[in-house]
Amino acid sequence: MTGEMVRADNVHKSFGSLEVLKGIDLVVKPGEVCCVLGPSGSGKSTFLRCINHLEKINAGRIFVDGELVGYRERGGKLHEMGEKDVAKQRRSIGMVFQRFNLFPHMTVLDNVMEAPCRVKRESKAEVRDRAVGLLERVGLGSKVGNYPGQLSGGQQQRVAIARALAMRPKLMLFDEPTSALDPELVGEVLDTMKDLAADGMTMVVVTHEIGFAREVGDNLIFMDGGVVVEQGPPRDVITNPQHERTRAFLSKVL
Amino acid sequence: MSDDTTTERARPEAIKAVPVRHPGRWIALAVIAVLAAMFLHLLLTNDRFRWSFIFLEYQEGKRGVMFTEPVLEGLRGTIMLTISSMAIGIALGIVIAIMRLSPNKILSSVAFLYTWFFRAVPRLVLALLFGNLNILWERIGFGLPFGTQIGKLFGLDNFDGQFYSIKASDLIAGFVAGMLALALSEAAYMAEIVRAGIQSIDTGQAEAAVALGMSRGQVLRRIVLPQAMRVIVPPTGNEIIAMVKDTSLVAYVPVTFELWFQLTQVSARTFVVLPVIVAALIWYLILCTVLMIAQYFVERHFSKGYGATAKAKQRLRDIQVEQGGRITGEVP
Ligand SMILES: Nc1ncnc2c1ncn2[C@@H]1O[C@H](COP(=O)(O)OP(=O)(O)OP(=O)(O)O)[C@@H](O)[C@H]1O
Ligand SMILES: [Mg+2]
Repeated sequence: MTGEMVRADNVHKSFGSLEVLKGIDLVVKPGEVCCVLGPSGSGKSTFLRCINHLEKINAGRIFVDGELVGYRERGGKLHEMGEKDVAKQRRSIGMVFQRFNLFPHMTVLDNVMEAPCRVKRESKAEVRDRAVGLLERVGLGSKVGNYPGQLSGGQQQRVAIARALAMRPKLMLFDEPTSALDPELVGEVLDTMKDLAADGMTMVVVTHEIGFAREVGDNLIFMDGGVVVEQGPPRDVITNPQHERTRAFLSKVL
Repeated sequence: MSDDTTTERARPEAIKAVPVRHPGRWIALAVIAVLAAMFLHLLLTNDRFRWSFIFLEYQEGKRGVMFTEPVLEGLRGTIMLTISSMAIGIALGIVIAIMRLSPNKILSSVAFLYTWFFRAVPRLVLALLFGNLNILWERIGFGLPFGTQIGKLFGLDNFDGQFYSIKASDLIAGFVAGMLALALSEAAYMAEIVRAGIQSIDTGQAEAAVALGMSRGQVLRRIVLPQAMRVIVPPTGNEIIAMVKDTSLVAYVPVTFELWFQLTQVSARTFVVLPVIVAALIWYLILCTVLMIAQYFVERHFSKGYGATAKAKQRLRDIQVEQGGRITGEVP
């Protein structure tokens, strides 16, 4: 609508007396891949979770596709959204977690079909076709009947991606999707994500995979201590960081 | 190609070794065999058990005491009491567990007080209390709360604000009193079991579900509770089995429609004690055996996607596919 898929304006977030986000500004345009880099505890996950209102922010504004997240502004006053409306906003935002969080009591196919069937109440036959298609696309067409516990970490993470895609999101959030994986399994998940980016999906990716950020990212932000220290095209930030903290961090990861 | 390398090498001779001897096991076996024989001998030769009284004929022309009409009636009562009080107990227990975990402080304190009270009071005392509750009220019904007081406020003397009411002694006497006592006490225990089950589930599960746009109710029903069932079912099986036996407590309410009460009545009439106790024991054994079998199947249902069997089955299927179906077999 507005030419901005995500817009964060001066976002603050505290847990009790601990201020984790201290004024984050960010714009992600449709079709862009924004990579988020930063040391542990810098608030990357927290920021990502604010975008789909898993965490309530204390100050500032977050818009997704032009719509204020979690609140409604009426007559200059903010009104908290009810559970239903928040859920509605979340439908169009897919999220992939570091530890997959697949539903272990459901088969792979049921994991993917659950939300479209229960949340959107789409017809089962239609959802099944789409789910099988998505699983084939992530290379797991032969595993539809398995339970998550029977899959490798990389396969589980690809199912998690398919599960999020089944809701036809306009934005995908990835929180260190490959950090819990054995090194030889990282590639298959990154390949899936590259495919997705090539298809024009808007993505915000928290990652330590510098190679991925350089190759796929349109924009890279480096966070430390709850603020965005530096941002720009990944190539520039990685090869020629302007700030001392960015340099120190990159020298450790590269 | 890995196939070829494994088949080319000759398979070595299978191992034929002398197994380790376990003399201790044989001694234990002998001791157990002797004890079992002594027990059987006691059961079969001691005629004070009066097996025919239990199974065949307890009085001229009547069936064995286990199968007489009043005892069977009591058995039906025990089963109904167990089912109804467990059904209420489980439903209420889930509600209380959810209240206990609610971020709302008032709800969670109410839930805490409930479990505190009903776990502190012995079931027998509770059963007696409920049997005598009708002393507190003459009539019980639906209507305005504090109806009489409101009536007085407006100068109406005989206004009670009741839409429908019945005599208290009719409503909470006997069976209903006993059932309520057991159900309310059970709900307290079930609440703790359900709470433990819900808390055992990784918070990432609810988070992933919420991120997909599911409502809190959906998350609970579709994601959290089904997984929590694996933790909830085994102790619930315990609770049901304990309940079958605790129904005998309501004999003191008094509830006449119950197995133990009926059997003690037979004792009182015939002055036969031990065989009647044995008859009760056999019925309780049968009931609990049936329940344990049911529990096995329920547990198996809720362990979908977990455990060794599921994994072994999948492995076998994969191997069969790799080997082009040459290997067949079943996982136990
Ligand atoms: N629910 C919470 N309650 C209290 N403190 C929290 C909570 N979640 C996160 N924090 C704190 O907020 C800070 C930022 O956490 P966050 O998970 O966002 O960091 P991160 O950048 O994602 O780190 P990592 O790379 O280790 O994942 C940490 O100090 C953490 O302890
Ligand atoms: Mg994190």
